Amino acid sequence: MIRYVLWRLLQGVITVWFIATVTFFVMHNLPGDPLADDKAVSEKIRENLEAKLGLDKPVVQQYFIYMRNMVGGDFGLSFVHENRRVNEIIRDHFPVSAILGILAIVIAGFGGILWGALTALYRNRWPDIAIILLVILGISVPSFVFATVGQLALVTINNLAGFEVLPVAGWGTVAHMLIPALVLGLGTMAFLTRLMRTSMLEIVSSDFVRTAKAKGVPMAQIFSRHQLRNAVLPVVTVLGPSIAGITTGGFVVENVFGIPGLGRYFVLAVQQNDYGVIMGTTVFYGAFLVLMVILVDILYAVIDPRVRLE
Amino acid sequence: MSDLSFKPISLAADVEERSRPSLSYWQDAWIRLRANKRAFASLFVIIGMLVFACAGPLVWHIDPDAQDLDQTSKPPWGDRNALVQSYEPWAGVTSAEPQGNNLSPESLEVVGDATTTFVRLVWDPVPNSNGYRIYRQIVEPRVGDPLGLPIGDTKGATSVSFEDRLDIKPKSYWYSVVAVNEQGEEFPEAATLKVDVAFSTTIANAVERGYIEDENSVAIGDTIKVPLHPLGTDYLGRDMLSRLMEGARISLFIGIVAPFLFVIAGVIYGSFAGFIGGNFDHVLMRFADFVIALPFLLFMILFKLLFGIGPGESGILPMLVALVVLSWPGAARLVRGEILQIREEGYVEASRLLGTKTPRLILRHMIPNTMGVVLVTFTFAVPSAIFTEAFLSFIGMGVTAPTASWGSMCNDGIKTMETTPHELIFPALFISITVLAFNFLGDGLRDALDARMRYGE
Repeated sequence: MIRYVLWRLLQGVITVWFIATVTFFVMHNLPGDPLADDKAVSEKIRENLEAKLGLDKPVVQQYFIYMRNMVGGDFGLSFVHENRRVNEIIRDHFPVSAILGILAIVIAGFGGILWGALTALYRNRWPDIAIILLVILGISVPSFVFATVGQLALVTINNLAGFEVLPVAGWGTVAHMLIPALVLGLGTMAFLTRLMRTSMLEIVSSDFVRTAKAKGVPMAQIFSRHQLRNAVLPVVTVLGPSIAGITTGGFVVENVFGIPGLGRYFVLAVQQNDYGVIMGTTVFYGAFLVLMVILVDILYAVIDPRVRLE
Repeated sequence: MSDLSFKPISLAADVEERSRPSLSYWQDAWIRLRANKRAFASLFVIIGMLVFACAGPLVWHIDPDAQDLDQTSKPPWGDRNALVQSYEPWAGVTSAEPQGNNLSPESLEVVGDATTTFVRLVWDPVPNSNGYRIYRQIVEPRVGDPLGLPIGDTKGATSVSFEDRLDIKPKSYWYSVVAVNEQGEEFPEAATLKVDVAFSTTIANAVERGYIEDENSVAIGDTIKVPLHPLGTDYLGRDMLSRLMEGARISLFIGIVAPFLFVIAGVIYGSFAGFIGGNFDHVLMRFADFVIALPFLLFMILFKLLFGIGPGESGILPMLVALVVLSWPGAARLVRGEILQIREEGYVEASRLLGTKTPRLILRHMIPNTMGVVLVTFTFAVPSAIFTEAFLSFIGMGVTAPTASWGSMCNDGIKTMETTPHELIFPALFISITVLAFNFLGDGLRDALDARMRYGE
């Protein structure tokens, strides 16, 4: 087990190193000038800026400085916002994204498992058909459409009610989080529901369930102890990709709902050509996603010992 | 035991014909697919989309990039009538000194026709005022809410008219007039009037926009027809139908060509790894694992930044390359798994014993037998590629303006979602229908082609 964990961690470190290197060289070979601004920059100011950002040194030296800083946890400076460190930006904005993402994962996970199990139990009856229709909607409508339609629906509800039932945009209270998290989790929920349905249908007709029924075990207990527990296993395997999907899905949802998360900041940085922030946040996001995938793999290895043998 | 228990059977009646023509794998799959109504209907939807994208421009000739700022955000099948007007400067109306004690500018009314060329308003003067401020809004102002956009001021209590020529669209406006005092403070009372504006154009403008052939064919006061836009126009007055066709070409091109290329790359890579095996396979698969572990969308964005879209380029190629470079390992893994299995099959062994050379073995026996799985993978890869394209275009990282893709059209449409929702609804609907059709077709193909999955659901 320890060997497996170490091996996975080593793979992760190599991946993150690769991401950091690619990001660095992409950023340093971009067409265009990172310091180009609508303000006319004099030669002297330009030299000072380049010295401050370390752009006056040879690229290879810059690369080593950059890698050394990264290892030390320093993601560098913003090119657009004066004296703003990428570390500060991550510290200020990532918790917001994380809370939203965790809430979305929870909604998607519980919703997906529950709906999926229900559809399998009520196969081809109305709860099954109704939920499957929602699932079809969930997998075929892009997340940004959900986000905007969700926001529009909120506006309409608030107008009809005459007071603010739930805030339309912004951040701060639990009320602000509910709809964005739901919108963010919807696609994943639909995917998990489908997966859970397939897996549950297999379990429902398995031998051990029939045996339990024959023994006279109460239905509720069969459901919770025999069916649900076994059917949930495959769902764990897709948690990794789901986390990645929800993280990047946050880019859109945070933008639409005006949530001050890191995703919104990242998109903004890309649009503003803030190379410092793009580099820092890309590496940070990359490391985060790689770590999440490793954690999910380890979790799966704990649950299912067969995985470790590979 | 009676005689009835043992009766000779009549042979002729009971012999059944138990043979049916033997079917190849693909014939069998085709029959299964046809039996699956949902998947078969989806196949026709997809063909329909392709026809719409490719043959559509042959029928519908309007340039998707042509802007018409006189016809922005028109709803589907909008009114096509346009009144031909000429513009003569208006001196305005000056009233006598106000009498009485009315506090708001009453009897607000329109002079002449309210058209997109001009809207002329007059009202009764207000005593003790030093001028008036005119507001315009596209929804009815509620009590206590702001009156809308201040579009002009008049000076003096007796100048009681205003001519609005500011970017008027053919729809309903609520004009409000408030009197202001010496200090420029507004009186509390306002007069509000709903004005339904008709579309109008001048002769010079109509010629310039191509509504009419030459300026002598119409006279002032005539009504002409403006070009038809069956699905309306977007916020720059571009025809939605032709943009949806262009968007379909680009979204489907990326959605189909990218998966096609990376599935082929995956088949080549996977079959090499699977067939050669050993350490070679190990190294190749570790590399595939590594590529899979890269955060997909972050790298798509990096690719896009690296390629740097020059002027006049659409940004399709970088997206295509990035999709292929990042997505092949999934297919490669799958094909390798299949090849490992097929390698041990009896017919491969038999063929090898008969002296078949390795290349022929791979091309004739192994790869064709992975095609079922590959086709299913391809079908499921299409919707996710379409989604990726839409997502990137939506956050402004996809195709560049003025190229239309369904994603970038959604991005444009969101800005005007509350007033003219059709600009968002149409592209979103096209994405959803296409993605859904490919998903259903994928389900159907999986059931038809993949024996192991056949009893899954």
